[in-house]
Parts: sequence; structure tokens; C-alpha cells
Amino acid sequence: MELFKVTIDNKTIEVPPGTTILQAARMIGKEVAPPAMCYYSKLKTSGGYCRTCLVKVSKGSEKDPRPMPKLVASCRTTVMDGMEVQNYTSPEVVEARKGVVEFLLINHPLDCPICDQAGECHLQDLSYDNGRSYSRYEFDRRTFDKIDIGDKIKLHMTRCILCYRCVKVADQLTPGRVHGVINRGDVAEISTYIENAIENEFSGNMIDVCPVGALTDKTFRFKSRVWFLKPYDAHRDCDKCSGKAVIWKYGNEIYRVTGRKDQWGEVDEWICNTCRFDKKDVKDWVEEGPRKIDRHSVISQNQYESGTKFVASPQTLPNKQLS
Amino acid sequence: MQLTNRSKVVSDKNMTAMEAAYLPAVIKGMAVTLKHFFMRPATTKYPEQTREFSEVYRGRHVLKRDEKGAERCTACGLCAVSCPAEAITMVAAERKKGEEGLYREEKYAAIYEINMLRCIFCGLCEEACPKQAIFLTKEIAPASYEREDFIWGKDRLVEGVEETKRIDITKRQDR
Repeated sequence: MELFKVTIDNKTIEVPPGTTILQAARMIGKEVAPPAMCYYSKLKTSGGYCRTCLVKVSKGSEKDPRPMPKLVASCRTTVMDGMEVQNYTSPEVVEARKGVVEFLLINHPLDCPICDQAGECHLQDLSYDNGRSYSRYEFDRRTFDKIDIGDKIKLHMTRCILCYRCVKVADQLTPGRVHGVINRGDVAEISTYIENAIENEFSGNMIDVCPVGALTDKTFRFKSRVWFLKPYDAHRDCDKCSGKAVIWKYGNEIYRVTGRKDQWGEVDEWICNTCRFDKKDVKDWVEEGPRKIDRHSVISQNQYESGTKFVASPQTLPNKQLS
Repeated sequence: MQLTNRSKVVSDKNMTAMEAAYLPAVIKGMAVTLKHFFMRPATTKYPEQTREFSEVYRGRHVLKRDEKGAERCTACGLCAVSCPAEAITMVAAERKKGEEGLYREEKYAAIYEINMLRCIFCGLCEEACPKQAIFLTKEIAPASYEREDFIWGKDRLVEGVEETKRIDITKRQDR
């Protein structure tokens, strides 16, 4: 099969035709891969909404070397042979991304101290890496009431950035669509059609795909901050899913269960709601060992050495029960 | 290599008659002692007298309330994660309907504990606080005989609602 040669930020790679620029950049590595808020490689037709992955194509292809007139969304643009792409090396792209972050944050409440997603939030990372420290927006941010989607998921629409990932999960993982985006533009919002409870066994995965804290686990709501917990790879025999998950422990107590995420923050294998919400006992799981966490992540704070056995001490355990 | 001019070369030569008498040296020493009777003492008579602290002295903590008397702390955990001594622990809870006057945000700290034996009073917790909830005050954390007394809960950390029981921290905010 013929391979296309593509150069991204002066690094060259050969990829099969049909690969998008974003996928090619991810093959090269983290240093050139553009950030993505809506694109999710495991979900078909995702991407193209958030514009954070904008890149500059400085040379279209070997046959037609003209540059593309505007910045393109790398998650939706396929590579051509001899294409040259600039991501972080182009000041134009960096500036455009700053603008995109500002747009994404226009209606975002910035209630990170309260939000359960803080510490593993993609929007937090994105705005730290690419955003401005101030906003020029002067008007009231839009607000919504919190909605319960089913009895285990909380929808906090105020935080939503309309990436459509959860909608794709609902469409592609569950038969029969019960959850989508209604209205358009400024007033668009996630809805479950008259607050229909999502009963599907895999609906909990929309918590994992949500890049912000709009969809959160009600069984973990306000229980702890993610950086106080220690993630362990664990598995169990499950007749509905692979049973491979990450358990987040505090002492010897499981606070929450999530899917295993790869280096791009995407879930490797979907897990079912039974594993996610109901199996909170250490006896339910077979531990494989502590999860490797990037040492720059706040989750690796307070873990002096990855792989050390967690020692419960009076300092690390709440010695009083909630009264 | 000579570092200072104050070094003396040690010698083992015999003492002179004056040195062997010892008395001049004793008198000289007593004179120094006597001189100190008339000097201003370097110490203060604590607790009757207290020293004036620097404006930015870092003493015991306070958890502030807002103007309406609601607790500012939202149990975000940033103080605990920034604490180099790992002295802070907390348990969060969700605010119920009707508690809006008690807690400012929808989440609050149900348990908030600082181990004053671990605390090194570095002030990183107040620097990390995004809600201006925790501050270090000019007060000294008192001593005690029991170890349990040094684990301060919300009963001792949160300032009183009444105007008179509020702890002024404006100097620390101005920095």
C-alpha cells in the first residue's frame, strides 16, 4: 500500500492514505499533537466542533504545493502526500488557539474548586497550556439547573462546552437514541428529551468521555478530590463488559471506578454501569497494580514514588465520621 | 588560607606571673557580668508582655466567613495538596437547601482539620486558596500537654459569625 509522507512541526512520518492530520501527529508523539476537546478516536464521526485542533497547512501536497488558505481542523482534514503542517511552530496557530480557548471559556463557569472533574479536566489543561489568564467577556454567563440523568449521572449543563462526545456515546453504544443536543447556537443544550432517564447498561461511559465536569458520577459527587485518590488498574469477571477498569482508592476504600484512559485521555475499553457504580468493594476487584500517572499531573501529587504501597496513617484517613 | 583576622595562634609557652595569679582575669569576668545587670534585657516577660509582631507574621490559621457570615471554604483541597507538611485533611459535603446562609458554595468542608504539630506555618495554604478562605493570623498556636489538642477542627479554625469575633486579616490581603 502506498504511504503518504507528511511533515508536522518539522517531523516527518509516513502514514496510510485517509489518516487525518491529528492522527498522524499523534503517531509522531505528544510534542506535536494538537489538543482536541471534541475529537475522540473511539467514537465515529466525532470531531469538528471545538476548533482547538486548528493547524496551519503550509504546503498542501507534493503535486499542489500551495498552502491552504485558512487554518484547518486537523481532526477532520486528511493528509496528502508531501503535506507540510505547522502546529506549535506557527505563531498564527498558537494565537488562533488562544482565541478558541477564550470562546470555550465564555460560558464556562470556572467553578473548578467545586467541580469534581478538576485535576483531570481537559479544558483545565487546555486553558493552562494555551489560554489567556483573563476573559474579555462582559456579559452574564448562561446558567442552567442541574439535571439528574438517570439515578447515577448528574448533568451540570452550565459547564458543558457542547463537544457532542456524550451524544456520540449515546448514539453508538446504545440502541435507540434517548439523549441529544436540542436548540441551536447560543441556546443549544444537552437534553435527554423530557429528562428521560438513560437506562442503558453502558450509559456511564458518557462520564468518562466528557472533557469537562458537565457529566459527573453521582456516586462520587463531592466525595473527594481526584488528587487525594490513588488509581489502581483492576479487573473483575463481568458478563456485560471486559471488566478492565481503574479503581480510585483512598486507604482501602474504593471511591470511584472509571475506564482505563490512554495517553490522549481516551477510554480504552467501555465499562458497564454495574462495574462503574455498584462495585465499590475491594473484594469485587482483582488489583493489578498502581496506575502510571504522568508526574506532571496533579494526580501524582502526594505519591512520592509510584508503586509504593499505600500506608494508611491517621493523617491520611479521616478519623471522624460524618455526623 | 586566612579567613578572618581574629584567629589566634595557639602556643604552649608558660604563663606570666600576672596570668598565674588568676585574680585579674576573674575580676575582668565579673566586670562583664556586672555590666549586664544594667543593660536592657533581651527577653520579654511573656505572657504579661508580648512582642510586637510583623504585619505579615504567620501564626495559627483562621477559616474566614464572608460578609453575610457564610463559610468561604468550598473544600477544593488545594491547601491540602500544596501543604508541604501534609497537615491538612478535609471531607467535603454537599450543601442542602436552606443552608445557603451557612456555606457560600454548593460544596463545603464537613470536616476540616489541621494538625498543628505537623504545620510549619509556611503560608502555602493561604497562597493556594482560590476562595480567600484560609489565612494565617498573628496569633500563636497555643501549647498543650495532649497531642489530640493539636489537631484543630472546624470548631477552632472557623471564625465567629459575630462582628466582634471576626479576625482581621486585611494586612495579609494587602501584601
